[in-house]
Amino acid sequence: MVEDGLKIELGKQGIFVTSIQELYNWGRKNSIWPMQFGLACCAIEMIATTMARYDLARFGAEVFRPSPRQADLMIISGTVTKKMAPQVVRLYNQMAEPKYVIAMGACAISGGPFKQGYNVLKGIDRYIPVDVHIPGCPPRPEALLHAFMTLQKKIDGQPLTGAGRPSHLDAEASGIFPVPVQGEHDLEPTSNKGVWPVPITIK
Amino acid sequence: MKTVEEIKAAIEAAVPGAGLEVVSNPSVSGQHSLLMEPRRAVEIATFLRDDAGLALDFLSNATGVDWPDKEISEKVKVTRTVMRPVDGVETPVEETVEETRKRIVPGCLEAVYHLYSVEKKQGPVVIRMKTVNRSDQVQLPSLTSIWRSAEFQEREIFDLFGIVFTGHPDLRRLLMWDEFKDHPMRRDYVEPDDFEYEPTAHDEVLKRAQEHRAKVQGLGAKS
Repeated sequence: MVEDGLKIELGKQGIFVTSIQELYNWGRKNSIWPMQFGLACCAIEMIATTMARYDLARFGAEVFRPSPRQADLMIISGTVTKKMAPQVVRLYNQMAEPKYVIAMGACAISGGPFKQGYNVLKGIDRYIPVDVHIPGCPPRPEALLHAFMTLQKKIDGQPLTGAGRPSHLDAEASGIFPVPVQGEHDLEPTSNKGVWPVPITIK
Repeated sequence: MKTVEEIKAAIEAAVPGAGLEVVSNPSVSGQHSLLMEPRRAVEIATFLRDDAGLALDFLSNATGVDWPDKEISEKVKVTRTVMRPVDGVETPVEETVEETRKRIVPGCLEAVYHLYSVEKKQGPVVIRMKTVNRSDQVQLPSLTSIWRSAEFQEREIFDLFGIVFTGHPDLRRLLMWDEFKDHPMRRDYVEPDDFEYEPTAHDEVLKRAQEHRAKVQGLGAKS
């Protein structure tokens, strides 16, 4: 790796030094296209973030793609009901690698204020892996922008080889997660143990 | 705007044999309701909508109520004849004893409708219907043919309470999925066991979380 001081000196002479990983990730992180996916009140804040005052497009989220096949990012904004949960997992499965998930708002993280509801899924990270969680009810548009920048930093840090590489460069990684079945009393299974290892709480 | 008694009298004049009863509301709002028998409900509802004086053309809300079985314990004075030794001889003596008797009043399900009049700008008029019991006789007539807004609301009542509305054009579950078996708004509904992670549990949630942990540890010990 070339040190930063040398890079700046060379830059002054008109020579641009970089690595394939930096270029590759720079391209990826500055063109994350989210999917048109809003569930509840947080979706309104997401829409506000895309509007003129807090413009999300200047971060690269130029268009919200209606099709999951063409999207990189799924912003779960709003309460995930148990009726909707299988469809959310199905849409996530249909997204092409590399794909990322932002869980926006308290409801997407853990069920939120409606956690004890009969139809509320206690957090979408029970079934799909989430990259960034945004607390808030709803989080302000600035918080969503900060989450977007956090995701960009995360993408920037992903190496192209070895452990931690994005799944589209990993032959063994599977981006398909089992879709929960709507059983007689609850979703079956209640969570995906591979995705959501239950943290041990010490009482 | 007529009082509940006047509306009751008007309905009984138009629909003879309508079994009506005023259920008084002791709260400040004073929204007394009319309990009607299901067998004449459709005719009563049609009258309420078409009457020139009432013109209740807008069903604002339809909801359900679950009245669970209630155990009543009463203190009853019972006179009994018992054998008691009187002066050394066993003779029948009348004795009055106070006994506590418990009986179970069977519960039922109820549908409550709030009616307004957009034309006359009056309302609300509250009408109710009770089912026979909570287990197998849970049918009530549907008022969808009279007020279209009852269509989805009666579907919701069916989904959450289990009242089957006869004559409803499309009676399916609304909020829960079709394969779901329980009725979540009933008093005896138990939430399924997804209490794996409750970081700030207290009260009911703490109890369920501890039960879940006990169950998981029990399963872990067995395996």
